[in-house]
Amino acid sequence: MILTLLRRDLAQFFPFTGSGAALPTVFFIAVAMLFPFAVGPDANLMAKTGGGVVWIAALLAAILPLEKLVARDIDLGFFDQLKLRGMAEEAMMAVRLLAHWLSFGPPLLLATFPAAALLKIEGETLRLLLLGLAAGTPGLAAIGLMIAALTASLRAGAALSGLLLIPLALPILIFGAGALARADVASLGFVGAISLLLVAIAPFAAGAAIRAAREN
Amino acid sequence: MQAAKPSLTAENLACRRGERLLFRRLSFRLEAGAACHMTGANGAGKTTLIRAVAGLTTPYAGSVTRAGTLALLDERSGLDPDLPLGRALAFWAQIDGIGHLALENCCDRLGLGNLIDVPVRYLSTGQKKRAALARVLGQGASVWLLDEPLSGLDTASQGLVSDLVREHCQGGGIALIASHQPLDVPGMTSFAIEDFAPAEAEEEA
Repeated sequence: MILTLLRRDLAQFFPFTGSGAALPTVFFIAVAMLFPFAVGPDANLMAKTGGGVVWIAALLAAILPLEKLVARDIDLGFFDQLKLRGMAEEAMMAVRLLAHWLSFGPPLLLATFPAAALLKIEGETLRLLLLGLAAGTPGLAAIGLMIAALTASLRAGAALSGLLLIPLALPILIFGAGALARADVASLGFVGAISLLLVAIAPFAAGAAIRAAREN
Repeated sequence: MQAAKPSLTAENLACRRGERLLFRRLSFRLEAGAACHMTGANGAGKTTLIRAVAGLTTPYAGSVTRAGTLALLDERSGLDPDLPLGRALAFWAQIDGIGHLALENCCDRLGLGNLIDVPVRYLSTGQKKRAALARVLGQGASVWLLDEPLSGLDTASQGLVSDLVREHCQGGGIALIASHQPLDVPGMTSFAIEDFAPAEAEEEA
């Protein structure tokens, strides 16, 4: 049952199979592409600030899929049908979290290579950037899922979720981008720890949110 | 699949929507083979009752006891709009653990055979309803909760729903049906949800 659900969720969200699901990755590269145009082609400046830009691009890209993440399936009665078959909301949300991360984390990591080339990020910085994103994207996905579930029953939910994600993602951004400035792997440990905590909480928070959404 | 005998009991049930009390002191008991038809005006609380009985919402007061597996049909089909009908139904068939052949039989029974390759979002209201009925039929649950199963269906399909409910109940199943239209099911009990609406004085209290 869980595997069937995971396959379905992945088909919904994965780039090029789901509807418009490649958008976050394309958007991510587009932001990285814009930056040199905006600040000029100074290789030194770009190498210094580029890592932070990639982090901001990743954060913005994480906002894009939120609209469809939970609200659509609530409207479809999809979670209700699963509930009737005895599945807990927490399990549905855990599967959704995994599918969401798989459809957004790894593609983003791959897209970091062209983005890094555009921003002249190389060597050790690129390594730290990739490690940081690998540690941070599960956390971003977890925040996104919680917010999507909480705002699913609100009319202005989509716009609100973007606003909510930014402050909640700040710790990940600070430690993730901070690791680049100081070339310090220890803060990546913090990113990983924050991510783990968020991933552990998210299915419960999101599950409670979709249960509460039924009551109104 | 059905271990014990199915039964569905509501005791002293009360539900509200927002601040408004919709009904109270509603009790019923359905045993294996029973069909029950619930009538009521729009907004009287039929859907609210069905969802409370399904365990999706918590009733304001009272309790629901269920034995057996549940199937729910409401205005939301639960079928992915972007997928072809066959694949959308196949997902639920996989979840419910029924085979390809059984699913095909359900589709044929509901006249969906030639719609298998059509994306769900292109289906008409009636076709979607029949698709959702195929999902319910395929699920093989012992308790059917049908919210407006006849709305949007043509006369022939309406007769088919009555047939399906009759067969389900003859096979020892339970059906609770909320509908404005009559169903042709022998031995079906019925009640009007308005009979349980609170008196005005009571509502203000």
